[in-house]
Amino acid sequence: MSFFSELWAFMRVRKKFWLLPILIMMVLMGGLIVLTQGSTVAPFIYTLF
Amino acid sequence: MRILGISAFYHDSAAALLDNGEIAAAAQEERFTRKKHDSGFPHRAIEFCLKQAGLKIDDVDFVVFYDKPFLKFERLLETYLAFAPRGFVSFQKAIPVWLKEKLFQKKLLQDELKKIGVEGDLEKKLLFSEHHLSHAASAFFASPFEEAAVLTMDGVGEWATTSFGHGKGNDLKMVREIHFPHSLGLLYSAFTYYTGFKVNSGEYKVMGLAPYGEPKYTDKILQHLIDLKEDGSFRLDLSYFNYCTGLTMTSQKFHDLFGGPPRQPDKDRLDQRHMDLAASVQDATERIVIQLAGAIQKETGLKNLCLAGGVALNCVANGKLLRKKYFDHIWIQPAAGDAGGALGAALAGHHLFKKQPRKLTPGKDFMRGSYLGPEFTQEEIQTRLESVGAQFTVLDTDSMIDQCARALADEKALGWFQGRMEFGPRALGGRSILGDARSPSMQSVLNLKVKFRESFRPFAPSVLREDVADWFEIGEDSPYMLLVADVVQNRRIAMTEEQKALFGIDKLNIPRSDIPAVTHVDYSARIQTVHADTNPAYHQLISRFKELTGCPVIVNTSFNVRGEPIVCTPEDAFRCFMGTDLDVLAVGGCLMLKEEQDPSLKLNYAEAFELD
Repeated sequence: MSFFSELWAFMRVRKKFWLLPILIMMVLMGGLIVLTQGSTVAPFIYTLF
Repeated sequence: MRILGISAFYHDSAAALLDNGEIAAAAQEERFTRKKHDSGFPHRAIEFCLKQAGLKIDDVDFVVFYDKPFLKFERLLETYLAFAPRGFVSFQKAIPVWLKEKLFQKKLLQDELKKIGVEGDLEKKLLFSEHHLSHAASAFFASPFEEAAVLTMDGVGEWATTSFGHGKGNDLKMVREIHFPHSLGLLYSAFTYYTGFKVNSGEYKVMGLAPYGEPKYTDKILQHLIDLKEDGSFRLDLSYFNYCTGLTMTSQKFHDLFGGPPRQPDKDRLDQRHMDLAASVQDATERIVIQLAGAIQKETGLKNLCLAGGVALNCVANGKLLRKKYFDHIWIQPAAGDAGGALGAALAGHHLFKKQPRKLTPGKDFMRGSYLGPEFTQEEIQTRLESVGAQFTVLDTDSMIDQCARALADEKALGWFQGRMEFGPRALGGRSILGDARSPSMQSVLNLKVKFRESFRPFAPSVLREDVADWFEIGEDSPYMLLVADVVQNRRIAMTEEQKALFGIDKLNIPRSDIPAVTHVDYSARIQTVHADTNPAYHQLISRFKELTGCPVIVNTSFNVRGEPIVCTPEDAFRCFMGTDLDVLAVGGCLMLKEEQDPSLKLNYAEAFELD
């Protein structure tokens, strides 16, 4: 729960409420991706993200 | 007040401990786990820092993490949004990592801290610094300056890739930032990738390769890839890069511009074109750094400059910036990469968050020569060496120094393990492999038989501080091997026209000075000045070598093989000794000769580590 309150506080401080719908969509899509695969090792040349 | 700084979860995890503003200890996790660039939570490094300071985890007042995960996540979302739908492949790979781990870094950190016994209100105890603020703090607060401009440049932190700040006393204000995806570090990394080296570790190789080439492509870089403004700020043309949306660094347009696909390291040989590309990106980087620093000096009027961030490890650019004389003094954080973020986070916590005063000693920085890692008593060394079957002779300090200096003068390759381990990527005479700089064959012997690395890579000299101006065109201290300067004219050997026409790497075999093992093909050298007050044993060794040979310069390279973290313990040192063609090993007061060791203990070290 504290995670969500922190995320909310973060968006408030950064004035990034417009990110919320995108965040929800991305989390949903990301959730689907997570459910359909096992590994969390990202094959990046450089860990930018 | 005791503050623990931590960097972790990307690359080069580390821990640093401040005890009432003094840097008690700092070390990278990779040295303990023996996993290069280890990115895990730095359990072992924290354990070491506490042991070194004689503290328990309960004695620590605050823990400061070196960056802010939510800000990074914001960058991730906004970047994917800006490029959508193009970045889907990258998104698909990145988002599971974030949703499963990285987004919950605070909880992860809290859990890890609880596991090692941190008690009390972690909401109050655990603080977060920003990535570039951590770099800037590591540069300014550890520097010898009361007031300075601070320039940090790297691949990327949260949003910032380059930032400029103003430090005074115990205060540090960040003035301006250049944001992702416009990044000098990533521009350099794109060429590292394109020339067939590993991103985030091969940048040194590109810098080492540059003197073999001609900067033929600099104009192309400055015309097409980067829009460099008068004030040193810049924007990249992202159509040439692929790191925002793909899994690689460069795009097809980049490959078309520079005449072909990226070099495949296992298939394609390095040729003149790669050397010219390396020379060009190095040249462009130097111009950008110089323009940025010049603009900052003009704006602030300050006389001192502090540098940090991965780009600050580009000692060739640093040397050129120094010679421009925009600033009277330049100080570079020896752990300029992300490991140094741990130290910066702790320093930011101490001075900025908790407003603690800064006690300057005139003319001295706070790094104590960067010898901030583990050390071992003579008794421990003997026990540890006996446990791995080493045959050694115990000597007093003077005999040890004398025998080691004689071995160097006889062109032996010497493993030198003394005192505390260095913090940062450079070995500075604590965990070093040493050789005779006068020997024409030393460079290839060390590269091919000891370090198992590419033959084109140059070695750096350690020189007595008091003698530096007699051998190199530099009058400044360079204790952390972060400045490059040329060998003085009267010690150079001019190349004939025939020799000049040789193909890049072949030039390296032509003696170019009285100290060929440390003279690059352009007569440059990455200098470490050795100071009696920070490393007396190393100073004595070179002084004795000078008495024997008249030369106060020796070869100093890190005590490891290619792909291996620098040795940390006497056992690591002995293993490396037995796995390579090192002739002599000195660990504390214990001297080991290769011919006296049990041959059955020899290791196949050349293939023991994943190549970097």
